[in-house]
Amino acid sequence: MEKDHFDILIVGVGGQGVLLASEIISEAAIAAGYDVKKSEVHGMSQRGGIVTSHVRVAPKVYSPTIQQGTADIILAFEQAEGLRAVNWMKPEGVAIVSTTALIPAIVTSSKQFDYPEDALDQLKAKADNVIVAEADRIAGELGNPRLVNTILLGVMSALLPIDREVWLDTIKKKVKERFVEINLRAFERGEQIQRESVVS
Amino acid sequence: MKELLSGNEAIARGAWEAGARMAVAYPGTPSTEILETMAARHREVYSQWSPNEKVAYEVGIGASLGGARTLVCMKHVGVNVAADPFMTHAYTGVNGGFVLVTADDPEMHSSQNEQDNRLYARFANVPMLEPSDSQEARDMTMAAFQISEEFDTPVIVRVTTRISHSKGVVGVGDRKPGPEKQFEKDPPKYVMVPNNARQRHVVVRDRLAKLEKFTEMTQFNVLEENGSKIGIISGGVAYQYAKEVLPDADYLKLGFSYPLPLDKIRKFVESHDTVLVVEELEPFYEDQIRAAGIMVEGKKYFGHLGELSPYRVADGMKAAGIVDTVAVSKIAPAENMFPRPPVLCPGCPHRGAFMALRKLKVAVTGDIGCYTLGFTKPLGAMDTCVCMGASIGTAIGMEKVHGYAKGTVAVIGDSTFLHSGVTGLMDAVYNNSNVTVLIVDNSATAMTGGQQHPATGRTLMGDEAGKIDIGQLVQAMGVKNYRPVDPYDYDQVLNTIKEEMANDGPSVIHTQRPCVLMPKRIMEEPYTVDLEKCTACGACFRISCPAIMAAKETNERGHPKAIIDASLCTGCTLCSQICPEEAIILKSQMVEA
Ligand SMILES: Cc1ncc(C[n+]2csc(CCOP(=O)(O)OP(=O)(O)O)c2C)c(N)n1
Repeated sequence: MEKDHFDILIVGVGGQGVLLASEIISEAAIAAGYDVKKSEVHGMSQRGGIVTSHVRVAPKVYSPTIQQGTADIILAFEQAEGLRAVNWMKPEGVAIVSTTALIPAIVTSSKQFDYPEDALDQLKAKADNVIVAEADRIAGELGNPRLVNTILLGVMSALLPIDREVWLDTIKKKVKERFVEINLRAFERGEQIQRESVVS
Repeated sequence: MKELLSGNEAIARGAWEAGARMAVAYPGTPSTEILETMAARHREVYSQWSPNEKVAYEVGIGASLGGARTLVCMKHVGVNVAADPFMTHAYTGVNGGFVLVTADDPEMHSSQNEQDNRLYARFANVPMLEPSDSQEARDMTMAAFQISEEFDTPVIVRVTTRISHSKGVVGVGDRKPGPEKQFEKDPPKYVMVPNNARQRHVVVRDRLAKLEKFTEMTQFNVLEENGSKIGIISGGVAYQYAKEVLPDADYLKLGFSYPLPLDKIRKFVESHDTVLVVEELEPFYEDQIRAAGIMVEGKKYFGHLGELSPYRVADGMKAAGIVDTVAVSKIAPAENMFPRPPVLCPGCPHRGAFMALRKLKVAVTGDIGCYTLGFTKPLGAMDTCVCMGASIGTAIGMEKVHGYAKGTVAVIGDSTFLHSGVTGLMDAVYNNSNVTVLIVDNSATAMTGGQQHPATGRTLMGDEAGKIDIGQLVQAMGVKNYRPVDPYDYDQVLNTIKEEMANDGPSVIHTQRPCVLMPKRIMEEPYTVDLEKCTACGACFRISCPAIMAAKETNERGHPKAIIDASLCTGCTLCSQICPEEAIILKSQMVEA
């Protein structure tokens, strides 16, 4: 039987488009006939803090939040945030992580804290299935740093039982019209990364 | 028809479908999006922001008296502000249906406390509904209007952050008009002088007795039988967590949770071997159930603090002996992770005020808003924060007992000043206080997402509006030392605070620059660091601007020099004003050099 429930944890920093990404996944999953709940906390987090969104897809969903240690997929828009969230994932889960590194002022202005330069290596040491996407570089190439979220959606799309057409339609619906073209290209670049990655 | 809606969107939808004609609120996380949704999507409902929750509630009373179905929304602490009209409104009852939404914040994601407002239902003896997902948020809001009219009472719909801000699939319908009603004079019902109020208190008790029958029958208190010997009594989001952990237990799900269906509960408890009460925060169900002589356990296993989660519920059920194992993370968490606390945005006009206050090393009584972030290191220039409007009163008290006259500064935002700072300032004038009040005015209610307020000139629905002039208001109240300043001019802010602290009588310093995010994102020419001049002194790092980062280059002692992320810098100029080496210059000047 094909797996029919997915718990996806999306993590990033305020302003990276975490909420739009979780919105697109939820709408796509509904269009594919699933029950969906998604949960996030906004407010203070807008101001450069961590943003986390839980998306749960199944025939019937109860809790709007995922239980620690049970996420099937972690989608991290920032590498250290991916590392911070790793214990939310089950061992056989897949972490999809952007090479984006955002170092907060509290680290630069004090000697008390360090940013883990080796976040991706630490992540790979802890989790078996890690797909690293140079989404920040690709977004730059495409001419808009805000495309990191759509690129990562492209990487993830093949892991869910949702048709490609549904993903594309949902992006067209959810993204402002003048950004649709570029987002579809970003999505395709993500799909390409997934095809070339070793994890299947 | 089905839609993916957050709990807040679903409440707005439900009120619209139920024919509400008035929606009124003061913003506050996690309740804000209810009115924002109403104004954006359901424009047949007249909706407005009021200056604070008390006024919002009173506007709601009037609308209901005038015959309209009325929705009033606020965050949990907002109900404290509105508690005065609320407690007596319970006596007068309603005309058009009246629904009060309280959005509580267990875990304090964006709040100063995590009070459990279910207790207000019992305090005021008014009925309460507790949705456990977006669908119920819509359905219960609609039902609440009917209940309000049938029993002649305000009705509470109580949600929490996880209901307000979670999205789920919701079946929706069309708008139907509410009952046609007019205001009818009825002083014994509406004029709450002691003699009338005594009569109305009797009505409140009679009504409660009727509601006690209703709660036994309503579809919102559902028995879910799975043939189990284990029974769970739960409501709100806690119910969802419990279902997640133990889908096959029997459930008594409380959706209409005040007054409680005690007969139903008694039967449920009698017919099960073990019954647990799963609820977040206070033992609201548990205490009442036990007081009725029915033995149940709950808080013993699930705790009083913060949010529950599937994990916490599973852990409590294991301690109670009804589940064997709790799934735990098999991957160990990362160690030594740095924190990522919220910070003032690049270019935030509040920054200049806190740079100056830090320099002056004064006692700073604070208030609530984005500017509360001025307390965080490395700015570290705020010493108190209790509730909205508290800064001025607190400064007056401190100054009166400690003679801190020349050393106490109150900091308050524009929306907060209009919410409840005005009366504090009145106290300062009246009682000859020497406080210095800094009104940090960014023309927005920024913390909650940039809502309009009485001094912005726009209404919630987007129309042009009457506009309070804060400067005139302050001076009309008798403040002689009123000083508008530009918060992007560091020396001006610093010197003005110094001068006003030396002046007798209350002083108001009014910083005026719009929020950099709202209504439109401000981006002036960015600054850059001339790395040849930068000595890595760290002065710019200490103004806590997210656009200023450590460069790879270091000085001879190994300290990093600074670089500025041009995509984040708004060109506010503050860092260039405090750089002792004049190494921070406009990007265009750098190219020329
Ligand atoms: C009684 C109450 N109502 C609402 C809130 C939510 N809230 C926190 S700060 C704030 C207003 C902030 O606006 P302002 O004072 O203008 O400061 P800014 O965030 O713009 O800097 C609100 C509405 C609250 N904490 N308490």
